[in-house]
Amino acid sequence: MPDAIAIGTRCAWPRAIRDGDCLGETRGLVYQAGDSRLIDGIDLMIPRGSITVMMGPNGAGKSLLLRLLHGLLTPTAGQVLWSGRPLDAGLRQQQAMVFQRPVLLRRSVAANIRFVLKLRGRPDPTRVDEILSEVGLDAHAKQPARLLSGGEQQRLNLARALASDPRVLFLDEPTANLDPASTAAIEAIVKRAHSSGTKIIFVTHDLGQARRLADDVVFLDSGRLAEQSSAQTFFNNPLSQAARDYLDGRLVL
Amino acid sequence: MQDFGEAFALAFRLVISADPDLLEIILLSLKVSVTAVVIACLIGLPLGTAVAMGRFPGRTGVIILLNALMGLPPVVVGLLIYLLLSNAGPLGWMRLLYTPTAMIIAQAVLITPIVAALSREILEQLNNEYAEQFHSLSVPGTTAAGALLWDARYSLLTVALAGFGRAVAEVGAVIIVGGNIDHLTRVMTTAIALETSKGDLALALGLGIVLITIALSVNAAVMTLRLTATRYAYA
Repeated sequence: MPDAIAIGTRCAWPRAIRDGDCLGETRGLVYQAGDSRLIDGIDLMIPRGSITVMMGPNGAGKSLLLRLLHGLLTPTAGQVLWSGRPLDAGLRQQQAMVFQRPVLLRRSVAANIRFVLKLRGRPDPTRVDEILSEVGLDAHAKQPARLLSGGEQQRLNLARALASDPRVLFLDEPTANLDPASTAAIEAIVKRAHSSGTKIIFVTHDLGQARRLADDVVFLDSGRLAEQSSAQTFFNNPLSQAARDYLDGRLVL
Repeated sequence: MQDFGEAFALAFRLVISADPDLLEIILLSLKVSVTAVVIACLIGLPLGTAVAMGRFPGRTGVIILLNALMGLPPVVVGLLIYLLLSNAGPLGWMRLLYTPTAMIIAQAVLITPIVAALSREILEQLNNEYAEQFHSLSVPGTTAAGALLWDARYSLLTVALAGFGRAVAEVGAVIIVGGNIDHLTRVMTTAIALETSKGDLALALGLGIVLITIALSVNAAVMTLRLTATRYAYA
């Protein structure tokens, strides 16, 4: 068994974030596609235990950064470190990701959960029922997953991600297509996962959602880290011009 | 036009009376083609999966080749297998020429590219959809391949069906390597060819009607199964 991600290393905090242990970090992270630098030299500290919300205008590189942090993409230059170590298979198995559009297996709701439990070597049928009832889908267990409503599909997607007991959970605009009730349901599940010890990194465009969830905010602009602050600082007195413009609803060109 | 009426009457009589010669021909046709489909799937599905999921140099070339091989002319396949199995050929010692086994080999060669190319296309589409999620979950390659094959099973059934349709209907390959020997290697298509050249158009048409009926009912059965299963298991 590899070391848990929770074994942190000390690192220097950007001035606006309280001192504490650093769970993950990036050093000089660059991701280039063709000639354009989509991620342009990001040094990021990811605090342990909090809900980190990642914001920024369209095309700022939020989804790319999330994929780089999770190891779905390989950086052109720079490093992604978790607990001071580069990502490896063991660390990656302690992470999970929820994509904006749920990709569900063409199977029943229960079979989607079972797939992950089996993958992690814990094929316990009672656990499937537990997980489904935690997200309110136990009544749908035998239905084809793809016949669920959009909100239910995303709840199942989230439940499947949590079924692997991740230490870090990435969410890429999981509620972008959902109605307020479904959004609230997703937020409640995320908060519950957080309170049971899962580190949350959440990309969203929804300011209200960011205010409800964030402990700290990472703000990206044009592939660069514009600001990393506590939620209080970010929403009341943002440090960067880019964040001020974004919060004021001014178009950033 | 008189032949048609006569042919239907004859076909009907043959089927109703369960004529043993006719049954023998039909059963051999089915045995040869079904076995060929099974072999083609055992080779073609793993091949299609590997090409669908793999990223290797020359991949595009392999895809073009597989697609091109779908159009293999049966007589040419028959000729190649004939050369391979004839007494002077490299596999002549196996003494397989003019046996049902030779016919199975020829049909399997003919439809393996069909199974591989069509399944590649279906599995690649599904893989494009699943790949990032599987990467995120660290799903091992073999588990991912199994999941793709399982989740695409109803579409793959149609692929096997396309292969069966091609195999059971072709005459060029089986007549060359089988020889259309009565009670040994005579199948429906070779019998039809023979009866036509003998001038017994009624019997030929009668066999043709049976062949079409079999092809249609197998298709209908599989499509019904697929539609029903789709409604329950996936959307």
